[in-house]
Amino acid sequence: MFGFIIQRLLATIPVLGMVAVFVFLMLRLTPGDPAAVLAGDNGSPEQVAEIRESLGLNEPLVVQLGIWIGNILQGDFGQSYFFKKDVAELILLRVEPTLALATTTLIFTIMVAVPIGVIAAYKHGTWIDRAVMAFSVAGFSIPVFVLGYILIYLFAMQIDLFPVQGYKSITDGFWPFLHRLILPSITLSVIYIALIARITRASVLEVLGEDYIRTAYAKGLTPNAVLLKHALRNAAVPIVTVIGIGIALLIGGVVVTESVYNIPGLGRLTVDAVLGRDYPTIQAIIMVFSFVYVMINLLVDLTYSLLDPRIRY
Amino acid sequence: MTEGTENLVDSAASADAASRRATVWEQLVRNPSVMFGAIVLGLMVLMALCAPLLDTMDPSSIDPAWRNKNPGVEHLKTFSDGTEREWTYRMGTDTLGRDTYSRVIYGARVSLAVGIVVAVLSLAIGLVIGLVSGYIRWLDTIVMRVMDGLMAIPGILLAIALVSLADAGLVTVILAITIPEIPRVVRLVRSIVLSIREEPYVEAAISVGTRVPLILIRHVLPNTIAPLIVQGTYICASAILVEAILSFLGVGIPPETPTWGNIMAEGRLLFRVYPHNIMFPGIFLAITVLAVNMLGDGLRDTLDPRMRKRL
Repeated sequence: MFGFIIQRLLATIPVLGMVAVFVFLMLRLTPGDPAAVLAGDNGSPEQVAEIRESLGLNEPLVVQLGIWIGNILQGDFGQSYFFKKDVAELILLRVEPTLALATTTLIFTIMVAVPIGVIAAYKHGTWIDRAVMAFSVAGFSIPVFVLGYILIYLFAMQIDLFPVQGYKSITDGFWPFLHRLILPSITLSVIYIALIARITRASVLEVLGEDYIRTAYAKGLTPNAVLLKHALRNAAVPIVTVIGIGIALLIGGVVVTESVYNIPGLGRLTVDAVLGRDYPTIQAIIMVFSFVYVMINLLVDLTYSLLDPRIRY
Repeated sequence: MTEGTENLVDSAASADAASRRATVWEQLVRNPSVMFGAIVLGLMVLMALCAPLLDTMDPSSIDPAWRNKNPGVEHLKTFSDGTEREWTYRMGTDTLGRDTYSRVIYGARVSLAVGIVVAVLSLAIGLVIGLVSGYIRWLDTIVMRVMDGLMAIPGILLAIALVSLADAGLVTVILAITIPEIPRVVRLVRSIVLSIREEPYVEAAISVGTRVPLILIRHVLPNTIAPLIVQGTYICASAILVEAILSFLGVGIPPETPTWGNIMAEGRLLFRVYPHNIMFPGIFLAITVLAVNMLGDGLRDTLDPRMRKRL
């Protein structure tokens, strides 16, 4: 097991290295001199040359890539062109709202998607099944921001249940924090619920056809026990896999949801950085999100043996 | 093998293929999901093509006196060609006094064009890369490393980052949406190539000295068509959504061009007072994507039953 963890960890290195190369090339392929941007409109040629030297921009491309990756490993993502701050600092300031939104969304999604997926599989072919499937197709088709505005319109404007927009840190109290996260989390979770309900239904349905399910019923177990202990347990691996893969959807959705609900997180920072052509910040955000994505999927791989003891490494 | 028998085998194979095609066609027509998707999508395409005939006006024409009107407001409007006519703002107007109805109808053009072009482009590029890397071993390792790297970056994020690299415009947006889609196509094609190359008929082709490009085109390519059509519809649906997201965030196609995302981006500020600028394009967007997705689901069930299990 330990050997497997090490092996999987090592396997992420080339992937993240590849991401780093893309992200690095993206910046270098764009027109414009980063040193000139940092020096500002009134920068003298000498200042620009000095900044070029200090950023190592006179070195060959491969050396620059090496320096850049070395800096990232030390947590140094460079200076933001737009905010004139350390990018690492900028990102740290914005992590909390995004993490809060993603976590509440993930919890809500799993709480809703897995049960409705199981029920749909159990009631296969009935109207419940069809309703869940219809919801899942619709969930894939409604754009996150349209859904966000519909929910704001209904639950924040027509019925005054939730605040329209904004974010409160958890340090300002738990209820104000949660109250402002409910609508964004529901918005963000719909596409994710659609995905996971679908895969839950499909994999539970497959397991329900197995002989041991018939045996479980035959020895007099209640449907609940059969579904939870026998069916869901055996269907868990594909479900957890898709939860991991779906993190990409979640990250994409965060960018949009934060813009709709005015949440000052990493998603908003992404949009601001793109609008301001703030390349160091864009690079850092992509690196951070990709790192998180790869690591979560690594974790998912590692849970396989917990979920299914037959899987040994 | 003599020429005569080869022809015989060929014609037998094509007769078999023809009868199979007929049944697939019948299956497609009978599939409600395919029919719903195809009809709605067909109507949308027709609407986009016939936009000038659908009682629309110039979608960019600004009317400062008639800004932010609710749907259904009528007034006597003087058009740019000097004619005067009673005009109903079916979907209201935006903050510049442009007719939302006309903008939504014209907006279908961009959304559908982006969806279709991205699907075709990513399938074509992915197909070539996948075929080649599935067949040439040493290239495979390198290509798959690159693809793994690309897939590790969440798609929308990569698209947003890519649009920032060049001037905003239709071509930039299409490329930015296409690139994140390519690795999935490559993987799909490659997996098909890897399984097909073990088939006895490919082995037979190799043993009689058929060259690799011919094997790829004659034996491998036909096997990729069905899964690629299915994949293509999903890519089309996701491309339409991503284009709207990019425009909505203000990083996509320039705001003068009417696209569903742009109309909604424009409507954002005054959403609380005039929700119609978000609701109408939103409905069209959702229905279009729904139609494409349902078409994809139906196609998958009929063309590629094996994929059904995969999701």
